[in-house]
Amino acid sequence: MEDKFVLGGVELTSRLFIGTGKYRSDDLIPKVAEASGSEVVTVAMRRVDAEHRGIMGHIPAHMRLLPNTSGARTAEEAVRLARIARAAGCGDWIKIEVINDTIRLLPDGYATAKATEILAKEGFTVLPYINPDLYVARACVDAGAACVMPLASPIGTNRGLRTKEMIAVLIDEMKVPVVVDAGIGRPSEACEAMEMGADACLVNTGIASARDAVEMARAFGMAVRAGRIAYLAGFGGSRTLEQGASASSPLTGFLR
Amino acid sequence: MLNITVNGKAFEAPEGASVTDVVLSLKADPAKVVVERNREIVPKDAFGQTVVADGDEIEVIQFVGGG
Repeated sequence: MEDKFVLGGVELTSRLFIGTGKYRSDDLIPKVAEASGSEVVTVAMRRVDAEHRGIMGHIPAHMRLLPNTSGARTAEEAVRLARIARAAGCGDWIKIEVINDTIRLLPDGYATAKATEILAKEGFTVLPYINPDLYVARACVDAGAACVMPLASPIGTNRGLRTKEMIAVLIDEMKVPVVVDAGIGRPSEACEAMEMGADACLVNTGIASARDAVEMARAFGMAVRAGRIAYLAGFGGSRTLEQGASASSPLTGFLR
Repeated sequence: MLNITVNGKAFEAPEGASVTDVVLSLKADPAKVVVERNREIVPKDAFGQTVVADGDEIEVIQFVGGG
């Protein structure tokens, strides 16, 4: 039996968050949302112009919106974007994303913690996107973050759980939920993160870049559930090869 | 005519133009955008009464796909 996930005072059934970027066609988004079972969806904010199409018409009404502050290079810009998001009337959840590194898109932990502090005081439910660094994570939590969102590998790379050991440290140490974000390319990687005790996963490119995004969304939904159930079930210990195998069937009682 | 800046570009608006008029001129739906006027967020229910002034810097922001 799966447990409920409570984040920012909201009870969620699904532990998979999905994104809305990079789809071949935005018409896929409602189908992906349904197939994934996700209840939380990220969006970005940009100026109204010819190259950026609005996304709101494609998002199922029951989903909780998680706007991100992508494009922000400083804490102040992230705060400005967060206030714009809230003014849109879609709730007070905000994913803080402050990035200066234009090659690997790695987040600036210091600026992220600073923005978290300002926005948490303004009543936002703050979800900071961070490197899996214990001190940055603690700074964000001390500043009022509702969870931490450590990256598995750089954004959009589909490289999987490259930061596994460091994420395990956060899972051990953090009193708030750990939502693994960025870089998860395969359902098995999302499942592994959940087996480790992560509270949720956010997947965008892993789904959006699949040949069949809707089926991949379904697979991610199942993988995240499986990983959570396995974590709750508790793993049996493993043996070293030197200890030898341990028979699953009785070795005596008939042929010898 | 008023000379204003909309989303970083020079823009001409008629005297008395409201924020709603500016949004509509971008072919955007006022219900789906957020507007900043000189870095201050304009409340949605004030778009119609908010008249733009010469030199105003207006940002019209929408939600787009992102992760």
